[in-house]
Amino acid sequence: MSDILLQIDGREVKAKEGMTILEAALSSGIFIPTLCHHEKLEPYGACRICTVEIESRGRTRFVAACLYPVEENLVVRTRSEKVDRIRKMILELLLAHAPDAPALQDLAQEYGADKDRFEKESSFCILCGLCVRYCAEVKKKNAIGFVDRGARREINFIPEIASKECWNCKECFSLCPTEALQAAYFLTEALAFPSPSFEPASEE
Amino acid sequence: MDNDKIGQIIDKHQGKASSLIQVLLEIQSENHWLPKEALERVSEKLQVPLTRILHIATFYKAFSLVPKGRHEIHICVGTACHVRGATRVLETVQDLTGIKPGETDSDSKFSLETVNCLGCCALGPEIVVDGKHHGRITPAKAEDVLKKYE
Repeated sequence: MSDILLQIDGREVKAKEGMTILEAALSSGIFIPTLCHHEKLEPYGACRICTVEIESRGRTRFVAACLYPVEENLVVRTRSEKVDRIRKMILELLLAHAPDAPALQDLAQEYGADKDRFEKESSFCILCGLCVRYCAEVKKKNAIGFVDRGARREINFIPEIASKECWNCKECFSLCPTEALQAAYFLTEALAFPSPSFEPASEE
Repeated sequence: MDNDKIGQIIDKHQGKASSLIQVLLEIQSENHWLPKEALERVSEKLQVPLTRILHIATFYKAFSLVPKGRHEIHICVGTACHVRGATRVLETVQDLTGIKPGETDSDSKFSLETVNCLGCCALGPEIVVDGKHHGRITPAKAEDVLKKYE
């Protein structure tokens, strides 16, 4: 396969056909922030925090770096005034859902995002889909999925599958950029197996 | 809803995963709602994970995961119907059936739902029962319409 030459932040970067901007940037040590990206999973483009500015044939556009395939002579800017402004806005919106998420707080500091800009709507989940996709693509168990849509969309364990598979796995817990996943799991556990002596912290 | 019926519906679509929405729609129209057992059977037969089925079933308003009555009443409360007195029609229907929008009565006869416009404002105020439109409805007429359904 032929190499594709593109420019990221003023540096010439070589990439293979079919790579995304994010992959090309990472391979040459250029950092693009991500929240919903995981190397084992298919790109999903949920969080849009990897938004970059691209310039081709004289026009600039904003695309999600984790989804956009590299093109010959593409000019990519990972930090520009507009990109920073977009990322700041995305962060402020996400922070309305998960104000205490460490991953978000670090980024908020970097981009000057105000976590109190929007009214709190603490669902604690930013719908990155990492847990849902990890369970479906890597573990192939499908114990967790999305339900509902739009503003009411949320993650949901299937109690019957979760009770069999999740106790010994829990690999999705560490993927979660917030604490929502763990909370959802223990909620399912508590609802599926009501027991007064149930103590989530006591295991292991 | 018995398993044979679900089996028949699934067989009709040759058990293809791509027919998932068609299968769900047929179960919905046959049974008026999607019981969990039915979804589990569909999941098994079509080889579609239950999470994906729930994702789809909760996404579309055409599907219901809670029991619905045999007859579905939709009352238009869009702007045109509203100014022509939809509120009074709604109140009458609520009194007659004893249920509020979004609810189903205890003997599963009626489910009541409000809608925001049915696209035929000239007929307003309008109600739809089981897909049949009744236009220029007054509270008295609404009573006559509902009497026809068992």
